[in-house]
Amino acid sequence: MSMRIELDEPKCVAAGQCVMVAPDVFDQRDEDGVAIVLDAEPGPEQEDEVREAAAVCPAAAIKLVER
Amino acid sequence: MSDSVVPDYPMQREAKCPFAPAATVRTMTREDPVGKVRIWDGSEPWFITRHADQRALLNDPRLSIEETRPGFPHMTRGRAEAAKHTPALITNTDAPEHTRLRRTVNGPFMVKRVEAMRPRIQEVFDGLIDDMLAGPKPADLVQSIGLAVPTIVITELLGVPYADHKFFQVNSSKTISHESTPEEAAAAGGALAAYLGELLQQKMAEPAGDVLSEMGARVRAGEMTASEAVHMGVAILIAGHETSASMISLGTLALLRNPDQLALLRESDDPKLVANAVEELLRYLTIVHTGIRRIASEDIELRGRTIRAGDGIIFDLSGADWDAEEFPEPEKLDLTRTARQHHAFGYGVHQCLGQSLARVELQIAYGTLYRRIPTLALAVPFEDVEFAMEGVAYGLKSLPVTW
Repeated sequence: MSMRIELDEPKCVAAGQCVMVAPDVFDQRDEDGVAIVLDAEPGPEQEDEVREAAAVCPAAAIKLVER
Repeated sequence: MSDSVVPDYPMQREAKCPFAPAATVRTMTREDPVGKVRIWDGSEPWFITRHADQRALLNDPRLSIEETRPGFPHMTRGRAEAAKHTPALITNTDAPEHTRLRRTVNGPFMVKRVEAMRPRIQEVFDGLIDDMLAGPKPADLVQSIGLAVPTIVITELLGVPYADHKFFQVNSSKTISHESTPEEAAAAGGALAAYLGELLQQKMAEPAGDVLSEMGARVRAGEMTASEAVHMGVAILIAGHETSASMISLGTLALLRNPDQLALLRESDDPKLVANAVEELLRYLTIVHTGIRRIASEDIELRGRTIRAGDGIIFDLSGADWDAEEFPEPEKLDLTRTARQHHAFGYGVHQCLGQSLARVELQIAYGTLYRRIPTLALAVPFEDVEFAMEGVAYGLKSLPVTW
């Protein structure tokens, strides 16, 4: 099983929750705070954090494709 | 469905358990999760209290935050009046206009930017503790720490002179208090706007590294109007003030009432434990207790009931954060539980703009105060602590402490 992150950028409101929960996987772009995915296919050791990041995103902008 | 009288909202918390949501909110969360309440104008908006329902609806595009739509369930008469004259803001627009506006103000509240402020906030905090320890006992924690931290932080962030902080404290609490008349609230809001309008002009002439200067640059670039920038500045000032202040003071009181939990913070310097403690205290206290408000733009089915287009909807955040289906034994303050999915900052695209800053402030406060003052104790009986229940967020009038 591996995981791929899909970010629905237009939905992002830059609350920054994903960055706080999974700082190695998400960042924010300087000009408007919109989320950036640093690692779209995170390793197994990061999957819990990434799931939490997706769960707390207030705009439901983070989709996880598990395959 | 309940046949009894529709309860008035907001509701009073019970004096004997002031941290808990009002008893009626808790009962409705269990028994009538898609209920109704009566508000100040006699209207009866829907009242949504379950965590899962709030999560679903607050991201539903069939709900609108446009306050000028007829039937919008305003917080107060003053807010209803003010809504007619308020320009487009992140607090009264839906996507896509909301997305555009929010992106003009996100910058300073980004995680990396507030993290960069952490050393300065820590320094401010340490200085306030030094001053309190050097002063007389008992001390009032609300004045010496609670209000002082966010005041300094938000004035630095906005680029407002600290010397004017009394002016801000007085006027920001007047704009949002349920005890203000509409005229008083409008006058206080007007005074803040006039002050910030002048300051914005100064910052446009001589930019500095603060939020007003950044908004000034956007005004120049035609990305926002001066009026939008000023209203946004006022909103940031008000939203960042009493909320963080209340969380610091109330959180301390809650911890003093739960010494085993206080001990966890006193005896640990693990940033993860502190960060989790912040989330749990946000959940447990959920200080914004007058409900966040929306209006339905289409019919919505929920738990067998139909919310009609044009119906007002109120979401009581404390209901969701004390919903036993999401947080087992919600009345238990447990700093180690998973609590990050709380709704203390709201949920959906309008979730609090300043939440990362608030988190950093609270991590520093809870992570420092009890370690620096391990003998911190209440200087009066708990029953004598005076709560301030009349605002959008509840808090304490004062918190006499000794050590």
